[in-house]
Amino acid sequence: MVEPNGPPQDAKPPRVGLFVTCLADLIRPQLGFAALKLLEASGCVAEVPTKQVCCGQPAFNSGATKAAAGLARQLIRQFERFDYVVVPSGSCAGTIKAHYAEALADDPKWLPRAEVLAAKTWELMSFLVNVRNFRPSGLSLQGTATYHDSCSGLRELGIFKEPRALLAAVEGLELKPLPGNDVCCGFGGTFCVKYPDISNAIVGEKAKAVEGTGAGLLLGGDLGCLMNIAGKLARNGSTVRVMHAAEVLAGMGDRAIGEED
Amino acid sequence: MAAVTLTFKDRAKAALANPSLKAAIERTAGTAEKNRTAAVSRFAEFEAARERGRAIKDHVIAHLGHYLEKFEKNAIASGAKVHWTQTSGEACRIVTGICKTAGAKRVTRSKSMLGEEIGLPHALDAAGLERVETDLAEHIVQLAGETPSHIVWPAMHKTREDVARLFKARHRQAPASGEVADLVASARRELRQKFLSADIGISGANFLIADTGAVCTVTNEGNAELTTTPPRIHIVTAGIEKLVPSIEHAFILLRLLVRSATGGDITQYTTFHCGPKRKGDADGPEEFHIVLVDNGRTRMLAQGLKEMLRCIRCGACMNNCVVYRQIGGHAYGGAYPGPMGSVLTPVFDGLAKSRDLPHACTLNGKCAEVCPVQIPLPSLLRGWRDRSWREGLEPSVARAGIAGWAFVARRPSLYRLAAAISVKWMRLFRKGGWIKSMPFAGGWTGHRDFPAPQRTTFIQAYKAGKRGEK
Repeated sequence: MVEPNGPPQDAKPPRVGLFVTCLADLIRPQLGFAALKLLEASGCVAEVPTKQVCCGQPAFNSGATKAAAGLARQLIRQFERFDYVVVPSGSCAGTIKAHYAEALADDPKWLPRAEVLAAKTWELMSFLVNVRNFRPSGLSLQGTATYHDSCSGLRELGIFKEPRALLAAVEGLELKPLPGNDVCCGFGGTFCVKYPDISNAIVGEKAKAVEGTGAGLLLGGDLGCLMNIAGKLARNGSTVRVMHAAEVLAGMGDRAIGEED
Repeated sequence: MAAVTLTFKDRAKAALANPSLKAAIERTAGTAEKNRTAAVSRFAEFEAARERGRAIKDHVIAHLGHYLEKFEKNAIASGAKVHWTQTSGEACRIVTGICKTAGAKRVTRSKSMLGEEIGLPHALDAAGLERVETDLAEHIVQLAGETPSHIVWPAMHKTREDVARLFKARHRQAPASGEVADLVASARRELRQKFLSADIGISGANFLIADTGAVCTVTNEGNAELTTTPPRIHIVTAGIEKLVPSIEHAFILLRLLVRSATGGDITQYTTFHCGPKRKGDADGPEEFHIVLVDNGRTRMLAQGLKEMLRCIRCGACMNNCVVYRQIGGHAYGGAYPGPMGSVLTPVFDGLAKSRDLPHACTLNGKCAEVCPVQIPLPSLLRGWRDRSWREGLEPSVARAGIAGWAFVARRPSLYRLAAAISVKWMRLFRKGGWIKSMPFAGGWTGHRDFPAPQRTTFIQAYKAGKRGEK
């Protein structure tokens, strides 16, 4: 039986492999630790395979399908022993769930393994809400925030309610709607450096929309998009702080993106 | 033709630097986006209609030979003459040939994106015919010597002020003022006599109805009717994917088309043209020609682009595209802009010439979400990227970058070392928590700050037993 507002009382807690993503590994370890903390708080045994690298999305989206398939096999090998694979990013989780089968379509040996892994892979916040029925407790953060729904999480995985349900448990935090919350921020992985002028025009509009809400904090579920918007806000001299929603939910929201450690 | 061939990036840069273009795009595409959203929210069965629309198109594409033969048989029975063409050049030659045989001097044309695709305006000009574009926006584009920048609103890139200046310079009698009503009156004055004195009218088709041989056009200005009815000869140019089994199927697709394009329930004019003037008819053309154009369409079936043949040319994908909304249509450099254009242009122009188009997309999926016939546009665009990679068309820097990164990423121990070095290296350039500029990162730091990495990678910190404490 799932108890309301509490994790299921498992006979045996599920073993979760945390795929931290290459971006969080490299730029923002804090997000990885926030994800670990949340997984444990929701009653999971969380493990971090330390040979993990990247899901292969940059290769896949660049058309380098063979290279992407190689990285997919590597990740499958590292993570298929877990009950669940959890990822603090909609686009990396989306790559595993929606695109590994495409990358390995011509590989009859690996395709079934890709499909099994896809079925047990979750984006962090949707896992906490939909699998663990988890809500954080004892959190408070005074202020107003707004939320950017990253495209892969929103459209590939249908994540919309989950982060809002979790953030509603943070006392004192008011969530203001962001006009155009479902419009791309112009990050697009390698797109932002391949077509920097176009990307800049798009993120310029996004930064304006964020500032227009009057919120002091921008939250989201994908580090790539958040770095893009935060970087533009910073270049514009904005005072809006930006961080991953999981950091707030783990009570680790004191250092926003671009604040010195 | 321009002496210098501009690249996609050059054209995009020019578009971004044009101060009035963004306002013009927002006024048209932005309004269309809002109106579509409102129309869809009023249409309770929209998702079911979308599913049926997709099914109709897929059925026809799967049985293309059957419906083409059926359409031809019924069109001939109605008195039409049907021409089959493989290439754009062949299609243009058939049309100009009909014009020459008829001794035509003046031809009117109502807007047809297929005409743009096959280069018909240029072919008519080159054949020495007086070509009169009768769609108001096409008339503007023709006077300005330009090409359409949107498939529904060809002159979307022009402001009212631009149009007023153009009409003042080019109309025989200048408009009374720069007000919209006076501009429209001026265009009407300019075009009316030409409508009535044209030898041949050329139109496109929104649907080809297989069981009757009829051709359906939709317009809001009534110019298609004035183009196709008074002249002696009516020529239709249509892509073979425009087929539907019957008029009922056309109506299901019409409901999707108009709402997705403009947010309206129906266009001002929805006309079914069936055969030439019959005995006892008050008006209509003496000859009715239908030029069916393949131009790469059957090849698309073999190229993994079957779903693209569903397209009903509504423009919703471009109206909802963040890239199109910044750079407009001309930057794409093909007859069709936006997401659908980025899938189609490589078919017509070759991938080598247009490889930028499938890449200039963030793969955010909004286009597929709004597409009334569920075309998986991002997957099709990625398919072109895959092909571009396999055919060696990607720039060597991009190839080396991805290949080098993938080589390291496949060797976790090497990757961990490279990651640790990268973090240290990047931190050399930080000022506070941000990096304002850094070698090899100009694409990012030219426009935005880059967050300085924290002291070590996550995996390093995790192995060291840290749990995120400071």
